[in-house]
Amino acid sequence: MNPEHIARSRSERLAIDRAARWPVGVFIGSSIFWLLAGSLLALVASIKLHDPEFIADNPWFTFGRARSAHLNAMAYGWLSSAGIGIGLWLLSRLCRVPIEDHRSLTLSAVFWNFGNLVGVWGIMRGDSTSIEWLEYPAYAAPFLLASFAFVTLAAFNLVRRRAPGHIYISQWYVMAGFIWLPMLYFTAHGLLVLAPVQAPAQPPINWWYAHNALGLWFTPIGLAAAYYLIPKIIGKPIHSYYLSAIGFWSLAFFYAWNGMHHLIGGPFPAFMVTASVVASVMMFIPVITVAINHHMTMKGHFRYLIHSPTLRFVVFGAMSYTLVSIQGSTMAIRVVNEITHFTHYTVGHAHLGVYGFASMVFFGAIYYIMPRLLATEWPSRWLIRLHFWPCAIGIAIYFIGLSVGGWLQGLALNRTDAPFMEIMEATIPYLKSRSIAGILMTIGHLAFGVSFIWMILRRRAATSETGPTLFSLPPQSADST
Amino acid sequence: MNRFHFIIIGSVLTLFSSMVGLVLLPIRGLGNFEAAPDPETGELVPPPLSALEARGRDVYVSMGCMYCHSQQVHPPSVRTDIDRMWGERRTVPRDYMQQGVAQMGTMRTGPDLSNIGVRNPSQDWHLIHLYDPQTTSPGSIMPPYRFLFRTQPIGESGPSPDALRLVDEFAPPKGYEVVPTDDALALVAYLQSLKLSTYEVPEAARARYESKRQ
Ligand code: HEC
Repeated sequence: MNPEHIARSRSERLAIDRAARWPVGVFIGSSIFWLLAGSLLALVASIKLHDPEFIADNPWFTFGRARSAHLNAMAYGWLSSAGIGIGLWLLSRLCRVPIEDHRSLTLSAVFWNFGNLVGVWGIMRGDSTSIEWLEYPAYAAPFLLASFAFVTLAAFNLVRRRAPGHIYISQWYVMAGFIWLPMLYFTAHGLLVLAPVQAPAQPPINWWYAHNALGLWFTPIGLAAAYYLIPKIIGKPIHSYYLSAIGFWSLAFFYAWNGMHHLIGGPFPAFMVTASVVASVMMFIPVITVAINHHMTMKGHFRYLIHSPTLRFVVFGAMSYTLVSIQGSTMAIRVVNEITHFTHYTVGHAHLGVYGFASMVFFGAIYYIMPRLLATEWPSRWLIRLHFWPCAIGIAIYFIGLSVGGWLQGLALNRTDAPFMEIMEATIPYLKSRSIAGILMTIGHLAFGVSFIWMILRRRAATSETGPTLFSLPPQSADST
Repeated sequence: MNRFHFIIIGSVLTLFSSMVGLVLLPIRGLGNFEAAPDPETGELVPPPLSALEARGRDVYVSMGCMYCHSQQVHPPSVRTDIDRMWGERRTVPRDYMQQGVAQMGTMRTGPDLSNIGVRNPSQDWHLIHLYDPQTTSPGSIMPPYRFLFRTQPIGESGPSPDALRLVDEFAPPKGYEVVPTDDALALVAYLQSLKLSTYEVPEAARARYESKRQ
């Protein structure tokens, strides 16, 4: 590229980031608020599971509500707000056009947060629907749906005006995610909450939704971010275009059919369950293609993990994605499911997905995006370390503890000579390990929150003068966080 | 047609395909049950929930009991529910048709409750257990639901008829009694109504066959 070209693309990037500052900044900033609120609710719920007298006399914090408030605050408050922000920014950068509707998008961020506030409040005051992943009462949904409609429209608007040229795989994923989530939410909310179908038909729809909220919303945004950031930071194109295309279409096709594997053995026609078991096993295809693609791209560049905070979070997330997906496929196989279903093992699996994968990738993406939006660097590499290590160790303890505890619980439940109370008591040490993990992760999130607020408050001189905040200086200077 | 149209239409179509299998087929196959006459008594089963039981179901939903208790009995080919006396046969879809909100659950931190109304019909037991599970099940990690009860001074005419019989460290201070709120009574009525594996629905014979211990 000649200097003129570089100057043009630099001013183009500056214009894109300036237009994204408010909408993306508000979505990401509020996501961190929800991350912290969700962490506190998580701790409350976790401690209650081994110490039932903890905050026992306030119905707002009874286990069933604290747990659901935590899940929804994390799924819609943290992951979805961050996902919308990251998705919009990626799309705008990759379409090479600035966001036009930044006012309406900022307003929709306000609506989105209001919807979450109403939803969490509704659960805690006693209006939870007890439909997994859709616990928000009916009166919270219109805010969320209206707000998301704006987001999807803005995404279409970016795509319509995009600069000519190649469409990168991250654009596919973001656009698909922005289409899938409203379709899923609208359908499931309508058929389960607004005008419920008969009870026997509810669980299949429930799990079609809940599994796809992970697979067709958090996963595409997470993969889009990983596909964008890994090559950006190591300065090398993605290994294979064809593998990314195969990965995308096989994910779209198989993931959508996975839901019924949550209902194996239950009162449902066998063919429905079997379809989901088959689709779950077929998930090996998209997962292995993505894993190969990312690994081959990273190959020879792993030393960047020492320097780049973004890359460290993203690669941790990408590896968790491979692990959690392969684990998920095995859990759909009947012999394994007979042990793991109904136990804490499933909870460990879910957190490896939403935390080890999605949250970690989103953390990495936020470390990359915010300095560009604000033209300010992160204030302290120590705070970033204090974010990474407690979270990484925390999720490892969480996953190992609940996997071992849940597996033993499942084996015991399947024996006829193990009294129920003994099985319950045997899980308690593992449930305690989960609380310790939760405390570690919350420490990491606090460091993240302090870092974020400090960054906004001080708005140090531009990146170009001080250079990016890296863990340590690389041998040859890299230009990205 | 450019590539982006292809991606957008393709994404919508793949999701639609799964919607046919996991949304429309369930609605058609599992969403139109009618109560059927019991071959012996001729009564329609499963029976609808009474107003009190439906209110209790709403308390169950609001408290999120479902996050620790399942309501589905699996056959012996899958797991040991029948041996654990959680039901005399596996549950079938029609068993749930009157429930309004499916509370089948995905966790068994506590025991399955599909047939708790058969296993333990005692109102006294359920009230005391809900007030504080430690009373009946020391070491339980089930939360106490004391906020569904009122502690009040004993009236002039002596203790209320529905006062809980609490002993030792669970007893209220002298001169006080613990009485259930309407929500607690409704919740227990709902628990007593849970007998999902007992209805003689058309699918029952086959479900019993599949539930024979091997
Ligand atoms: C944190 C998990 C948890 C929650 C939430 C919970 N339970 Fe339990 N429940 C248990 C455990 C563990 C047991 C077994 C020990 C015992 O009897 O307390 C149990 C036992 C029971 C039993 C006795 C079952 C039997 O086979 O004897 C009933 C009835 C019951 N729970 C009802 C409820 C209701 C109603 C709610 C909601 C208001 C509820 N539970 C909420 C964990 C939970």
